Amino acid sequence: MNRLIKFVVLDMIKNRTILGYTLLLAIFSWSVFGLEDNATKGVLTLLNIMLLIVPLVSIIFSTIYIYNSSEFIDLMVSQPVKRSKIWTSLFIGLSISQILAFVVGVGIPLLLFAPLNIALSMISVGCIVSIIFIAIAFLACAITHDKSKGIGVSIMLWLYFALLFDGLVLFLLFQFADYPIEHIMIGITMLSPIDMARILILLQLNVSALLGHTGAIFTDFFGTIIGTFISTFVLCLWAIIPFYLSLRMFNKKDL
Amino acid sequence: MIAIQNISKKFGKLTVLDGASAQFNKGECIALIGPNGCGKTTLIKSILGMVVPNTGNILFNDVSIKNKFLYRNNIGYMPQIGRYPENMSIGQVIDMIKNIRNYNSQLDEELLDLYKIKDLLNKKMRTLSGGTTQKISATIAFLFNPDVLILDEPTAGLDPLAAEILKEKIIKEKQKGKLIIITSHLLSELDELVTQVVFMQDGKIKFHKNTEELKNDTQMPTIAKAITHILKATAHE
Repeated sequence: MNRLIKFVVLDMIKNRTILGYTLLLAIFSWSVFGLEDNATKGVLTLLNIMLLIVPLVSIIFSTIYIYNSSEFIDLMVSQPVKRSKIWTSLFIGLSISQILAFVVGVGIPLLLFAPLNIALSMISVGCIVSIIFIAIAFLACAITHDKSKGIGVSIMLWLYFALLFDGLVLFLLFQFADYPIEHIMIGITMLSPIDMARILILLQLNVSALLGHTGAIFTDFFGTIIGTFISTFVLCLWAIIPFYLSLRMFNKKDL
Repeated sequence: MIAIQNISKKFGKLTVLDGASAQFNKGECIALIGPNGCGKTTLIKSILGMVVPNTGNILFNDVSIKNKFLYRNNIGYMPQIGRYPENMSIGQVIDMIKNIRNYNSQLDEELLDLYKIKDLLNKKMRTLSGGTTQKISATIAFLFNPDVLILDEPTAGLDPLAAEILKEKIIKEKQKGKLIIITSHLLSELDELVTQVVFMQDGKIKFHKNTEELKNDTQMPTIAKAITHILKATAHE
């Protein structure tokens, strides 16, 4: 297992895309903190950028990487290596390199400019969002055989989580404005890892005005401490379940 | 050594293997033949666990291979079209496989020397010609002294000299009492090698005979002629 993970991580570090991603994140974060003198405002701007870019890069890059590793996977499957080991190594390897890129790009300026507790929670949320979208990419790859289809599915999933989901929630809110759907909305919010991540950070920042409708209901319902706990738990589920499903599919896949 | 028990495999609506059964033993050299698309490669991939059959069992040394992987330590596989990570060099690929196999005994580097691969170790996989890739596949298949060798179209794409080297190597390994499974369309090549012929058609194993029996049945002097005879006969059906 370790040998395979080491191989994937080394391969990723040599990859220029991951370097470019680190650089992009670094430029964004340094300029955000350079422009804003208020750290909280800076963190909020960064949060919005982060919740758009990190999922996009994680999901697309991972999908392409997995498809490009098809030769590697083929080769390994015919060797005495357990299938789940190959898949898990790829997952861990990709996660390590994406997290490294995120910590170097966003983590360093955060630690320098933002209060320590907020910097740490931003970093951990960024890491878990990376892992979640890598897991979703793995699921997309396990479902589709074809590379272009797989990338298409990934882009659609990103669009859905990053943009369409909010629209859907708003639509539901307006359509059912006359009914007491607050509690259902809490459940629906959990269906979007990006919203969960946003709520988790906003809970730490104590800027309830920015929570939005679902966030406000969420805080109101759970309170800050249990809210933090629950959103973290849901985020972990979002990382584990897609990967677990993809692993089960990969074990039965014909190569 | 390898027992295939009634395996079937469907890809969508297409039935590729339809209740195939066979028994392969130590010391045999088996030619797996049949028209294109008859399920040869799928059968081989099932033995390797790369394709998971819908029904049926495959036993390796009397143990089912389902969800197992360690049995592959005893198999050397040479694919029809070798696919390797493109941005790795030949040396890196060989090192990686050595690393994963964790093989402690003496490596069989005969093909590595005969094909002069040591001079090419720094070449990237993506720059290699089809023939050179085949040489790498062959080298890797024989490298770990496996008890079973599965060779899918081994000589396709090799120049005559390289093909001859490979043929001699196969004969040598056969004499050591290994099980060798070959698929090939170049029937004339098989004459010196094989002891048994398995003929497949439409996902079924039509017959499994040793070469003498086959020649007697068809009244033909060579395996190549015997098989062409059968192919013609089945084409007319």
